[in-house]
Amino acid sequence: MIGRNQIADRHIGSLLEDYPFLASFFGDNGLLVDGRNDATLNELFSEFDEEEREEKAIDQDLLMNQAAEFINQMLAFLNEDNDVHAITILPGTDKSGVPEGFDSLVIKKSEVVSIVGPTGSGKSRLLGDIEWVAQADTPTSRRILINGDIPDSSWRFSTSKKLVAQLSQNMNFVMDLSVREFIELHAESRLVEKPAEIVERVIIEANKLAGESFSPETPITSLSGGQSRALMIADTAILSRSPIILIDEIENAGIDRKRALELLLSEDKLVLMATHDPILALMADRRIIIKNGGITRVIETTDEERTILSTLEELDRTILGYRTRLRAGESLLQGE
Amino acid sequence: MNLVTVSGPPSSGKTSVILKTIDALKQRGLKIGVVKFDCLYTDDDALYRKAGIPVKKGLSGAMCPDHYFVSNIEEVAQWGIGEGLDLLISESAGLCNRCSPYVKEIKAVCVIDNLSGVNTPKKIGPMLKSADIVVITKGDIVSQAEREVFASKVNLVNPSAIIMHINGLTGQGSFELSTLFHDEKTVIDTLVGRELRFTMPSALCSYCLGETRIGENFQMGNVRKMNLEGGI
Ligand SMILES: Nc1ncnc2c1ncn2[C@@H]1O[C@H](COP(=O)(O)OP(=O)(O)O)[C@@H](O)[C@H]1O
Ligand SMILES: [Mg+2]
Repeated sequence: MIGRNQIADRHIGSLLEDYPFLASFFGDNGLLVDGRNDATLNELFSEFDEEEREEKAIDQDLLMNQAAEFINQMLAFLNEDNDVHAITILPGTDKSGVPEGFDSLVIKKSEVVSIVGPTGSGKSRLLGDIEWVAQADTPTSRRILINGDIPDSSWRFSTSKKLVAQLSQNMNFVMDLSVREFIELHAESRLVEKPAEIVERVIIEANKLAGESFSPETPITSLSGGQSRALMIADTAILSRSPIILIDEIENAGIDRKRALELLLSEDKLVLMATHDPILALMADRRIIIKNGGITRVIETTDEERTILSTLEELDRTILGYRTRLRAGESLLQGE
Repeated sequence: MNLVTVSGPPSSGKTSVILKTIDALKQRGLKIGVVKFDCLYTDDDALYRKAGIPVKKGLSGAMCPDHYFVSNIEEVAQWGIGEGLDLLISESAGLCNRCSPYVKEIKAVCVIDNLSGVNTPKKIGPMLKSADIVVITKGDIVSQAEREVFASKVNLVNPSAIIMHINGLTGQGSFELSTLFHDEKTVIDTLVGRELRFTMPSALCSYCLGETRIGENFQMGNVRKMNLEGGI
């Protein structure tokens, strides 16, 4: 741990050399450091007069603590081992207080599990329990273990170390940026090592998932629904550090769903999805059935069930084909 | 009684977050009240009342609502104690991005939304920088990447805060937030003698005192002039 005393009298230049990420800390806190390499941190923070201090709401003491805290966080972020190879759900109670009838449910990396049940039955609560790494302290009293152990509380409170990334139907892009600028910004915030390469990869993978391709210069807000979803999935798969992906109700998303799941799995993600889409549900290895707030059954997808999948996929392809023809302004009748 | 101060830009979702959080706290059998500070108008108090929550409202009128907050918070705290509340939540709209009604050792929560833009966190002063908990709302409608970028921008200006993501519509995340609101160890019986975390700007000028005429002859006190010399 680096304390404030270890940085207060160091020169800006050497601090930036050791901790390049401090540049954005200075920038976003309104501190100009260009040409100030020879000043110490203390000098930098204390050279504001009363008026500027008031204007910019600068508190020297707070800033010094925050700078030390930020350095420690970023160092931890760069070094930490985020490897989650399994999560375990330990039973709680349903909405009526009846204990759930399973001993424990282990979900492993590169596995897809779907969660099904009527609206209000508790699908989102289960996803919430996992995100919060519940320790019998949510309405369900469930407990979640990571890699078989009681998890460290940093999984709850750290900004950079989030257990779960979420994708859902209602999500949109709101920033005023092109696809490339946007992915670059995300890569930058994740402190990735070779941003250009990663940005390229995200865009290529997104285009593979999308029905219609798009260029890196397209503004993200003008992507179609399918293209947006494709970009969100590719970005989350490749750039998000969260080991678990929760997909809450993505139906008919206008993307190649099978490929999307394959991409997430190839990036070592553990995928959980609340869905009523039979194709997605059958693509999962197992499905968790929820009723009245409790997990009542876990069904393994059998080979026999999977034969239905190929029928459904065939139907899906047929519909997609018609959609493409419609978009291209063609007749929907064969051969016209 | 515990006191938690919640603050944030207008329409960032403060009231929804508080309402959902109170739902979760009530399930634990706690008695909770709210005091709402605003400038000219608010009907949030009706929303709280409808939810069966004891509420007081304070309108600061032409005064800064955060200055008004400091002048009234002790009386409001005494009201809450008199009502037998376990927890009093104050809600105030941060208007100028500069004042903040946070008191040392009293839990301070800043609510800010994902739609406000990535440059917003660095523009907000002590209200964000010195909060203990930063609640980010409207994450259900933006992409995962934008949530991550936005949270990292918040973290840049306030690395020591706990950042929570809450969906004000469904309440997702509010149960989790509620666990951080009530703490038997930080019970207060008065605020007298406590200090603000940040000085509020000394904004007293002739116009604060009711002057209406324009011109240097009428300007006294804290007058600051724009620099119109030179280039940009
Ligand atoms: N086991 C449980 N015990 C108590 N409350 C529960 C339980 N499971 C879910 N709930 C509550 O039921 C409500 C509906 O659950 P939700 O997860 O939103 O349903 P869904 O996502 O399936 O539509 C929520 O308020 C949730 O907190
Ligand atoms: Mg749901």
